Amino acid sequence: MKRFTWLVPFLYILFVLLPIYWLLNMSFKTTNEILGTFTLWPRDFTLENYRKIFTDPTWYNGYLNSLAYVLMNTVISVTVALPAAYAFSRYRFLGDKHLFFWLLTNRMAPPAVFALPFFQLYSAIGLFDTPIAVALAHCLFNIPLAVWILEGFMSGVPKELDETAFVDGYPFWRFFIKIFIPTIAAGIGVTAFFCFMFSWVELLLAKTLTSVAAKPIAATMTRTASTSGYELGLLAAAGALTIIPGAIVIYFVRNYIAKGFALGRV
Amino acid sequence: MTTKTPNQMAWWLVLPVVLLVAFNAVIPLMTVVNYSVQETFGDNQFFFEGVKWFQETIESERFHDALRRQLFFTGIILVIEIPLGVAIALAMPRRGPWVSVCLVLMAMPLLIPWNVVGAMWNILALPDIGLLGHSLNAMGVNYNFTRQPVAAWATLIAMDVWHWTSLVVLLAYAGLSAIPDAYYQAAKIDGASNWAVFRYIQLPKMKRVLTIAVLLRFMDSFMIYTEPFVLTGGGPGNSTTLLSIDLVKIALGRFDLGPAGAMSLIYFLIVLLLSWIFYTVMTKDEAD
Repeated sequence: MKRFTWLVPFLYILFVLLPIYWLLNMSFKTTNEILGTFTLWPRDFTLENYRKIFTDPTWYNGYLNSLAYVLMNTVISVTVALPAAYAFSRYRFLGDKHLFFWLLTNRMAPPAVFALPFFQLYSAIGLFDTPIAVALAHCLFNIPLAVWILEGFMSGVPKELDETAFVDGYPFWRFFIKIFIPTIAAGIGVTAFFCFMFSWVELLLAKTLTSVAAKPIAATMTRTASTSGYELGLLAAAGALTIIPGAIVIYFVRNYIAKGFALGRV
Repeated sequence: MTTKTPNQMAWWLVLPVVLLVAFNAVIPLMTVVNYSVQETFGDNQFFFEGVKWFQETIESERFHDALRRQLFFTGIILVIEIPLGVAIALAMPRRGPWVSVCLVLMAMPLLIPWNVVGAMWNILALPDIGLLGHSLNAMGVNYNFTRQPVAAWATLIAMDVWHWTSLVVLLAYAGLSAIPDAYYQAAKIDGASNWAVFRYIQLPKMKRVLTIAVLLRFMDSFMIYTEPFVLTGGGPGNSTTLLSIDLVKIALGRFDLGPAGAMSLIYFLIVLLLSWIFYTVMTKDEAD
């Protein structure tokens, strides 16, 4: 029995890799081969699809735009969530529980509900079609999540650490930046991972809030799919490239996840 | 748990979060409320309609159908993904080089943009040139997800299981790794069975992360839009038109702001209510 447990994750990983393999397979084929015959590997191996993406500005700008708002969002979310999570984990204040629950309710708001009002709001303040608009809009669901995760990590740090530092005469912000933040580095890593992930994969709001200048890669893909016919190879190559940033991020935080985290309050 | 000090100055620490989230949540929500009670004829003319749209939405067959499909979808997703994710996490190695390999590979689907997920499954399932569609048809199964509602549903569910089970695995694994070795040693000395170890050590220790996993999976599957939109477009017919697809059809397709606003609010309230029930039921023991 014990000897075969490795089969479970093994089979699951095969299942996970299957569509990714098919995507890569498609991306190295010519459109003719894709539509003409069913082949398990490219007969007519071509890099043309990738070449097109790296030379055509409408394509590679899509990636740059997406990365721009995702990075901004991750930085904003983690920065403002850090002090807030500290407050929730250490202090009791007026309305703290209600506030915490209210924050979480925003994680439950369907983006489809907010698409149109967001369009009007960000047009009204003149931020429409800029990466910062998407970065701010994604705060709606990423900040609550960041506060939630960070609060769990912070509650695991004994309060004596704070008290000792204050007795030693550290002012609050110095203690917070010099001592507390390094202590919960793992938590910040995990939080940044989740913020990056949810901002990188979201499309509905990102598409609603941009038109030309800040168009994210996902929107470039959907528009290509509808305008230039059925260029499956190109679409597959673009899709394959969207996996890379995420793969890099998960590689950096894998040890934090492997070490485990018992999230605090739910 | 350490006791918390009362300190009203803590409000200053949460203020930036409150301002940012309020800007993104309160203003758009008020806009939606505003639409939901009015009728518009274009050129910015609005007429007050009271609760008419709410009544229409609650009574409409179309909304009932979409809601039923949504509940069915979310139910199936939770029943498959949560036990499967826990089982995989339990079977994973605890330490060694394979841990990183497993985690990195399993996390891949989570980091792929949602429309790409839809597109990937679309080309995988195409009946003539997709790996899955072609193989199924070659094996004698008559499969065409663009024509058969059952095939469309099966593909949709397979896609979501592929996409999100890893999140449950990651959370469950993180919870398991946080259990000190001493617990297992104690269980070994007592001669506890595998089942007993799972039931009395691992499951209680995973409870918090599992609550988060169930809540996240519930909310996200209830709000799912992009993947089914790209995969099936809500079809064939209306068979996979889930709530948010229906909502966007009404709001952006026909520009019926009043009914769309009312439907948005009812939708949001349903998510809130169900999340609250999940949350209360799952954290009930801790309150005792």
